[in-house]
Amino acid sequence: MLKPWTPFEWIVALRFLREGRLQTLFILSGVAIGVGVIVFMSAVLAGMQSNFIRRVLSAQAHIQLLPPQDVSRPLRQAASAPGTVVVDAIVQAPRQRVKSIDQWQAVAAQIRAMPQVLVVSPAAAGSALVTRGSASRSVSLAGILPAQYYRIVNLEDKLLRGHARLAATDILVGAELASDLGVSVGDKLHLATANGAAATLTIIGIFDLGNRGANERSTFVALHTAQSLLGLPGGVTSLDVTVRDVYAAETIAQRITATTGVDAQSWIKTSAQFFTAISAQTTANTAIRFFVGLSVAFGIASVLVVAVVQKSREIGILRAMGISQGQILRVFLLQGGLLGFGGSLAGCGIGALALILWQRYARNADGTPLFPLVFDPKLFLSALLLATLTGLIAAFAPALRAARLNPVEAIRG
Amino acid sequence: MAEFPAPAGTNKMAVGTGPVVQLSGVRKAYHTGTAIETEVLHGIDLSLQPGEFCAVMGPSGSGKSTLLNLVGLLDRPTAGSLRLFDTETTGLDDHALTRLRGHHIGFVFQYHHLITAFSVLENVMMPMLGAAGFPDAAMQQRASALIASVGLSQWQNQPAGKLSGGQQQRVAIARALAMNPALVLADEPTGNLDTKSADDVFALLQDVNREHGTTVLFVTHNPTLAARCPRTIHVIDGRVIEE
Repeated sequence: MLKPWTPFEWIVALRFLREGRLQTLFILSGVAIGVGVIVFMSAVLAGMQSNFIRRVLSAQAHIQLLPPQDVSRPLRQAASAPGTVVVDAIVQAPRQRVKSIDQWQAVAAQIRAMPQVLVVSPAAAGSALVTRGSASRSVSLAGILPAQYYRIVNLEDKLLRGHARLAATDILVGAELASDLGVSVGDKLHLATANGAAATLTIIGIFDLGNRGANERSTFVALHTAQSLLGLPGGVTSLDVTVRDVYAAETIAQRITATTGVDAQSWIKTSAQFFTAISAQTTANTAIRFFVGLSVAFGIASVLVVAVVQKSREIGILRAMGISQGQILRVFLLQGGLLGFGGSLAGCGIGALALILWQRYARNADGTPLFPLVFDPKLFLSALLLATLTGLIAAFAPALRAARLNPVEAIRG
Repeated sequence: MAEFPAPAGTNKMAVGTGPVVQLSGVRKAYHTGTAIETEVLHGIDLSLQPGEFCAVMGPSGSGKSTLLNLVGLLDRPTAGSLRLFDTETTGLDDHALTRLRGHHIGFVFQYHHLITAFSVLENVMMPMLGAAGFPDAAMQQRASALIASVGLSQWQNQPAGKLSGGQQQRVAIARALAMNPALVLADEPTGNLDTKSADDVFALLQDVNREHGTTVLFVTHNPTLAARCPRTIHVIDGRVIEE
């Protein structure tokens, strides 16, 4: 029985779909599988990418401000002007000195005021030699302000032993370095830098950055300790910055350079290969989604083309009864939209189920999930909307054909 | 036939008091894929008054169905004037033709052409549903009354495809009457039926004509049925010859 207030077009569209139930079932299954694949792939890829990015960016700043590099200039005669004689044309690359960012506190304040910026952390970094008895290693020494730096690289989370509350005579070392030197928490290390400064520091924590090379070289001390060891009283060699949108880092870095005049490098540039890999993944995913969507569209269109041929006599009769071209058009558009919507609804279910199974069965050797998956309602909603829209668009040509059928020819068959 | 409520918004009297159908010099030609046109109707003049029951006879291919399609506004004449209900239709757009057809003309075809996806009741409701946009109780009441009037009440909730040929044709007549049309065009409605069913269908059309004053144009090959019509015209080689 017809339900009151159900529009004519809905009644006819639903009944036509129900009458060709096998055909409807097949195309619904096709759409559902397509949408399921899109939902599953998108969620897995988004989870994988955010996991990669989180891993990479949890061990580095999004943007790093560095002092300008020393450059060599050809030696010219005094009072040089354009066209003066070059005294010595041989130019050698100079040795880069450890030097501070000019007016770094003012620059940091300027960057902190930017709405996209989350944290600005100063650091004084250079190389040093650590010795323990007869063992020695060349290390990278980083002086930090723990309260700020830990908001960029959360060393406390990466600690294997000890704590990360750095005082003037404390040092944090990587796991491999500790192992090479045979030291543990509470042991003393002697540090010496190239400018002759030296100090004996106490190991308060041993960390694991997730990278063997980094663990062999990295050490962290308090900022003022590094400043005195590196001969940079009050100076910093870099400003580490994190931003709200990691993908906007390059644009923000360019803005910082333009505003402050200090060279700012984003992770997108410094980790270009990683970023390219992420971009390539995104492009591949988009291409797959596009082609799956296209095949869904063609599937719906082909079913509706067949339906128009099958129903041409009924269309002719409906036209003879006074049903307008617009109503016929809407009947077939609705069928396309309903196939898209119904199929995508089932597809979202399939996608969600596949994601649950993936989360349950695809695990690391230690039983932890490969990476956390996010069930983003926006993904499901956009899949529903896109598939419905695809159904409507795919139905347009068959619907137009149905609406334009000559009733006499349609009835004659 | 039993009395049944008229659908909202339709009224035979509202469509004029002159001839229901007035054709003057109507020609119809078809392009057959070449530059040469094939003319099927050669200057038809025909007038049908309100309440007339007119049989149309003629050999196959003479142009009877073409004539009916033109009168039913399913097709457009190549030349001439076609007035329906005092309205010149040749200049109307598709929307206006569809509206005129839906509200004032009922069709009964040789093959019943019921929509098998719907029940008998829903098939009869269909023209009203298309015009109103939404189903309502009055529509259903009228469709039930029409089905009762063709003697198929017990079948009204059955799928249309489950009925016999004669029953389906009676449903098609009920459907043709759904909008209380001023004109019913019947294109060989008894052509596929046995003698008993054909008689029943013809009797139904006569009842519609007699009781509701509906003008009926009835194409048939059956001389016995044609003889029972008050007026018969012959279409021979695309020309109308009055009997």
